[in-house]
Amino acid sequence: MLKILKYSFYDLMRSRWSYVYFAFYLLLGMVLLFLNNNLSKAVITLMNVIIVLVPLIGTIFGVMYYYNSKEFTELLLAQPLKRSSIFLGQYFGVAISLSMSLILGLGIPFIFYGLFKSSAIWDFSLLLITGTFLTFIFTALAFNIALSYENKIKGFGFAILLWLFLAIIYDGLFLMSLILFEDYPLDKLSLVGTMLNPIDLSRTLILLKLDISALLGYTGAIFKKFFGTNFGLIISFTTLVIWIILPILRIVTKSKKKDF
Amino acid sequence: MTRIFLFLFVICIMTFANYAQNIEVCETCPISSLQQAILQAKDFDTIILKKGTYKEHNISIDKPLTILGKDYPLIDGELKGEVITIIADSVTVDGLFIINVGTSYTEDYAAIRVKRSNHFIIQNLVLEKLFFGIYLEKSNYGRVYHNKIIGNAVEEYNSGNGIQLWYSNHIEIENNHVEHVRDGIYLEFSNDCLIKNNVSTENLRYGLHFMFSNNDVYQDNTFENNGAGVAVMFSKKIKMLNNTFQENWGTASYGMLLKEINDAEIKGNTFKENTIGINIEGSNRINYLHNNFESNGWAIKVRGACYGNHFIENNFLYNSFDISYNSKVNDNTFDKNYWSNYTGYDLNKDGIGDVPYRPVKLFSYIVNRTPETIILLRSLFIDVIDFSEKVSPVFTPNNLLDNNPLTKQIVW
Amino acid sequence: MVTIQNLHKSFGKNTVLKGLDLTIGNGGIFAILGPNGSGKTTLIKSILGMVIPNKGSIAVFGESTKHQSKYRHQIDYLPQIANFPNNLKVKELIKMIKDLRGKTELDKALIERFKLTPFLDKKLGNLSGGTKQKVNLVLTFMFNSPLVILDEPTTGLDPIALIRLKDLIQIEKQKGKTILITSHIMSFVEEVSDEIVFLLEGQIYFKGSISDLKTKTNQPDFEHAIASILQENHA
Repeated sequence: MLKILKYSFYDLMRSRWSYVYFAFYLLLGMVLLFLNNNLSKAVITLMNVIIVLVPLIGTIFGVMYYYNSKEFTELLLAQPLKRSSIFLGQYFGVAISLSMSLILGLGIPFIFYGLFKSSAIWDFSLLLITGTFLTFIFTALAFNIALSYENKIKGFGFAILLWLFLAIIYDGLFLMSLILFEDYPLDKLSLVGTMLNPIDLSRTLILLKLDISALLGYTGAIFKKFFGTNFGLIISFTTLVIWIILPILRIVTKSKKKDF
Repeated sequence: MTRIFLFLFVICIMTFANYAQNIEVCETCPISSLQQAILQAKDFDTIILKKGTYKEHNISIDKPLTILGKDYPLIDGELKGEVITIIADSVTVDGLFIINVGTSYTEDYAAIRVKRSNHFIIQNLVLEKLFFGIYLEKSNYGRVYHNKIIGNAVEEYNSGNGIQLWYSNHIEIENNHVEHVRDGIYLEFSNDCLIKNNVSTENLRYGLHFMFSNNDVYQDNTFENNGAGVAVMFSKKIKMLNNTFQENWGTASYGMLLKEINDAEIKGNTFKENTIGINIEGSNRINYLHNNFESNGWAIKVRGACYGNHFIENNFLYNSFDISYNSKVNDNTFDKNYWSNYTGYDLNKDGIGDVPYRPVKLFSYIVNRTPETIILLRSLFIDVIDFSEKVSPVFTPNNLLDNNPLTKQIVW
Repeated sequence: MVTIQNLHKSFGKNTVLKGLDLTIGNGGIFAILGPNGSGKTTLIKSILGMVIPNKGSIAVFGESTKHQSKYRHQIDYLPQIANFPNNLKVKELIKMIKDLRGKTELDKALIERFKLTPFLDKKLGNLSGGTKQKVNLVLTFMFNSPLVILDEPTTGLDPIALIRLKDLIQIEKQKGKTILITSHIMSFVEEVSDEIVFLLEGQIYFKGSISDLKTKTNQPDFEHAIASILQENHA
């Protein structure tokens, strides 16, 4: 697996798209710093951008990479290699190279701006950690979609739909159901609803950092325990890890059964 | 009038000073208790209490005396009741360490109580293990200065307040530190008081609590991490200047609660990291000037019946919600504030954004209605509906706008 | 060498292999023929483990291939469409495959044979289809495995390269290898193969030498023999 990972990673590191992605983040970081003139404020703006954009890029890129390297995958399949190592190697290659672009692209302008001397360093690290988690989750989901649909157009369609659903539609439905059932105790429902969507989950991590004052205004005991203690942080990270593991497991089982 | 009175008072003291004597009290002296010394003292004498432990309670000061502790002598009330009660004018108490005030459900025992007496000075005291700390009852023209009050309150119903004023006017409360009591400083029916440079933290209920008290000024105080912040209720013409309210977190918690407050001035204060910066109910004609609202859940929450308030040149920085309203009617003005959430532009570079800012978001309505929806804060979907509300307001007051939002944070 | 028993495979509603039985012995060149959609590629891919059969068993060198990957050390495979990561150089690709499969020194001779030296430092994305196919051939033959599977090996090759390929196949045969070939070019098949396996509707229709086929169909030449089989079955 590590060999495949290495080659996928090198392949991607040399591809145009990695540079585009890297340049995009570099530019985003610089523009935000320039416009805000303030590190903490730039980090806050960035958080809002990251939780939507990273999943989008992760899904599209994952699907694209899978379809583009299909023939090469077939070449690999004829070699004495385990299927799971081929696909996991490719998956980690994509996820790691995307994460690298994210971390370097955003990290460089912020470091030059004096991140290490700033109190925003923890917020910024949280931002990068969340971004990396989202990259891993959505690349894995993308691989799942691509493995399930031979048809490229269909695959892309589902990938975009998945993103759209998790980034926007899900929250709309979530909001409506909360308002609809407002007469019932909702704190469990709302926390479970958050766990079921990795974008919401990452958003919660960011809320814990930025909006703790507002979150503590709510009465529910479970809410309070979740947001008021480290409990929330631990649960959120655990769930994010589960969100990575489950799609990866599906990649393994799906790839074992698939015909090429 | 006040000044002339004070002047005469000083003259009087100077005249009597010539005749006044010093009485020393220590554990091995002929006079070994404070109560004994007071009995023997003549008016305007000074009792000097030397370092040591004095197990006394119900000490009554019934003549104008100065009681001066040397190296903080300890007066231990042994939880038996009130420790010192002042029932004469012109008493000064200075430099004592008082502990173990009795607790009672029927009587408000205090470490030191001033009862129907004027012109007192209470300073440099350290009070610990107390029920009530300093209790001023129908006493005027006093000064409470540089005291340290450290309680150990756990429950509201069996704890008392740090500094309490009841029908006491013209009192100066300065440089005190109050923590771990029920209300840090409590004023009821007390007018024309000055509360300055105090620190009130970690109290069970309010850092500062005003009821039916008018024309008071409080300035340069710090209120931090109290159960519910500062409450100002049913009072008129209060000036609140340069105070800091921070980290008041919780369900019904706020930096400051204004309830039925009219004609007040709120200027130069900092509200930082509170669940609600200011919670306003039924308060009119208040000027909010040059305040900083930073990283609060809600910077300002307006709950009905607030008219003629002006919010001018304040900084609203990184609050989850800037303003929350629960009605569609607005009679308050917002002008020339800096809003960190402002996304407009300034083409002519005059420092004023070219597009008005709408500080009330639709989402704050939704959260008011269904509090659990707070978990969707910062979601893209919420941004979308907030944006559509911004473009054509349906739920939020149409005229609630800052027409001149500043593009740079205001520095004074 | 390869034993296939009762192999079934369908893709959705489309049944491709219906109880195919095939035994391929040691040594020699076997051509797998059949009309479009008869299951040639599916058969090859089943042997390689790229397609997972619904039913039946495949054994390579006496060992079942189910859920295995190590047996592929014994197989060299030339895929139909040569498409490689565009950002890799030819040299790097060869190095990578060696890294994945093991050491070999045969690549140098093969590069020489197909005159690929000038292309070694070029990126694969910039190569023509024919050159890519040559690279593909190098990758296939460099491991010297006892079983070689070639799926349409002639695609895109110029006449010189084609001659070199034929020579190569003969050399490999003389080493005692078993070579499976699919091709649409009948003359190529006729020229190189010792035995043909004809697939029709998911089963083996014919297995034997070209002369046997001619006798069976009563046709003077190979192409007509094939054509007559197809006509018979469609009539």
